[in-house]
Amino acid sequence: MAYDYTPFPYTAPAGLTAPEPRHPVVIVGAGPIGLAMAVDLALQGVRSVVLDDNNVVSVGSRAICWAKRTLEIFDRLGIGERMLEKGVTWKVGRNFFGKDEVYNFDLLPEPGHKYPAFINLQQYYVEQYLVERALDLPDLIDLRFLNKVTGHADHGDHVSLTVETPDGNYTLQADWYIACDGAASPTRKRMALPFEGQTFEEHFLIVDVEMETSPFGTDTPERWFWFAPPFHSGQSALLHKQPDNIYRIDLQLGPETDPKSEATEEKVLPRLRAIVGDAPFRIDWMSVYKFRCAKLESFVHNRVLFVGDSGHVVSPFGARGGNGGIQDVDNLGWKLAAVLKGDAPARLIETYDEERQHGSRENILNSSRATNFMTPKTAIEALFRNEVLHLARDHGFARRLINSGRLSQPCSLAETSLQTAGDAPLRPGSAAQDAPLTGPQGDTWLIGQAQGDFTLIGFGGTELPDIDGVRCVGIDSHDRAYTCFIDRDGHAKARYGSDHIYLLRPDGHICAAFTAPDRAAISAALQTAKGN
Amino acid sequence: MDLKDNLGATGDDFYAALIATHDGLSESQSHALNARLVLIMANEIGDLARLAILLKAARKDATG
Repeated sequence: MAYDYTPFPYTAPAGLTAPEPRHPVVIVGAGPIGLAMAVDLALQGVRSVVLDDNNVVSVGSRAICWAKRTLEIFDRLGIGERMLEKGVTWKVGRNFFGKDEVYNFDLLPEPGHKYPAFINLQQYYVEQYLVERALDLPDLIDLRFLNKVTGHADHGDHVSLTVETPDGNYTLQADWYIACDGAASPTRKRMALPFEGQTFEEHFLIVDVEMETSPFGTDTPERWFWFAPPFHSGQSALLHKQPDNIYRIDLQLGPETDPKSEATEEKVLPRLRAIVGDAPFRIDWMSVYKFRCAKLESFVHNRVLFVGDSGHVVSPFGARGGNGGIQDVDNLGWKLAAVLKGDAPARLIETYDEERQHGSRENILNSSRATNFMTPKTAIEALFRNEVLHLARDHGFARRLINSGRLSQPCSLAETSLQTAGDAPLRPGSAAQDAPLTGPQGDTWLIGQAQGDFTLIGFGGTELPDIDGVRCVGIDSHDRAYTCFIDRDGHAKARYGSDHIYLLRPDGHICAAFTAPDRAAISAALQTAKGN
Repeated sequence: MDLKDNLGATGDDFYAALIATHDGLSESQSHALNARLVLIMANEIGDLARLAILLKAARKDATG
């Protein structure tokens, strides 16, 4: 069934009749990134106003593939379980060269994690869940649909904005302006910031079709990728399942195509028939696009902060756009909250740029490489690509070289300034790993206990020191003043070892590891992690 | 025969460097580069028995 795009209600904002007091945070854009930003800040007690020029969720499925780390962040924000329940969990991938299957892989789920490696879920559901979550927090999130920002000015210690509504224009002031206004960011354009990178000439056609019969010939959802598909000469194609029996079909069209004539049913139907056969289907959405990989030099411009696609764009292969943006949110939320509460110096915001530039470079590198592999530019590049595919039938090493997207992984922050270097099974800079635990309230997950605050994790006989502003979690410890859990299947010890104490940031990244409960060393690492 | 994966996680870096080495060359210049590369790599491997296995692996399907 087609998604019901019910408009969100518009209410005339207070600023139309009288000046509003200065807001701590204004978020421009109510896509998945802007909404997640508002929820993240609200959970830390920070109020925000969210402005969007539109009043419906994203039209078309757009970002569909959500990685484990993203789901763990959404778990903290309160919609992870809902996404998991609705989403399609796939694990078998098949790669074809021409009509032949070159190889397949099974992303066998690693036991002991609440969330799988990936789920597929249309962006409009993620936005809907986030809006509903935001409505749970009415004192902290002021959602304003049909509020279009037409101008802004940075005054050093605050930003002023002009906003257009159906009832007229008004102005707003905010301490911080977060631009979550997408790849075509009007904020970025107003500021005339250079946004440079590699542009790819090929057009891609995305079509979502709804059909009852699975084209995979099995009830298990798979991911099929063709290099040089027989039904679509010389190009690449992708077939992927979403909830509600919607299938994403992605066809590379090459540089010489006219996007307008390609996005017509007359042109699209024969191609779809070649993939899905005679089964009846309905076209739900289609779009022809070109893309580029580009980013801003800096995501922090005094009081204006760029989060998600407004600051960096990637090709879609590897699902690094939406997933990268959610990692931006995760990185910025606790930092901005700490600065606004006077708990950390303003320079902590600079480390958002430091850490996410690193993540963004990694995402651009990986998605550019995948795109280059899929769209060879010269005869020699095509020759190497095709011979990798030939060798892949027999040789594992060549299979690893096949690149139809390196799916998003959390990036390591080991080399950045907030971490205290140390040696441990999970190194400082890496994201926390999940594990099933049993606590006083019953069965739970490590990621549910260790995100949202600075958290110390200790094992067995270790007694963690009581440090202001730090939550303590004991694993296989007893009779402590803090909450203790049983490592019910041994996954926590297998992943963390039992000889170390870990200090986790509120975004679930390990910022330090210790071999003894040394209060002074832990306090020093905490100060380092807060930018002091 | 399944050749052991020695590149592992560095495979993507190697592939990108390989393609970049060909940047700006004509097709015939690229073929010449590839020939030199094969000879250089053979010398690095330096083990005739091992090279015979690799030659056979590369030859498979060559006319298919």
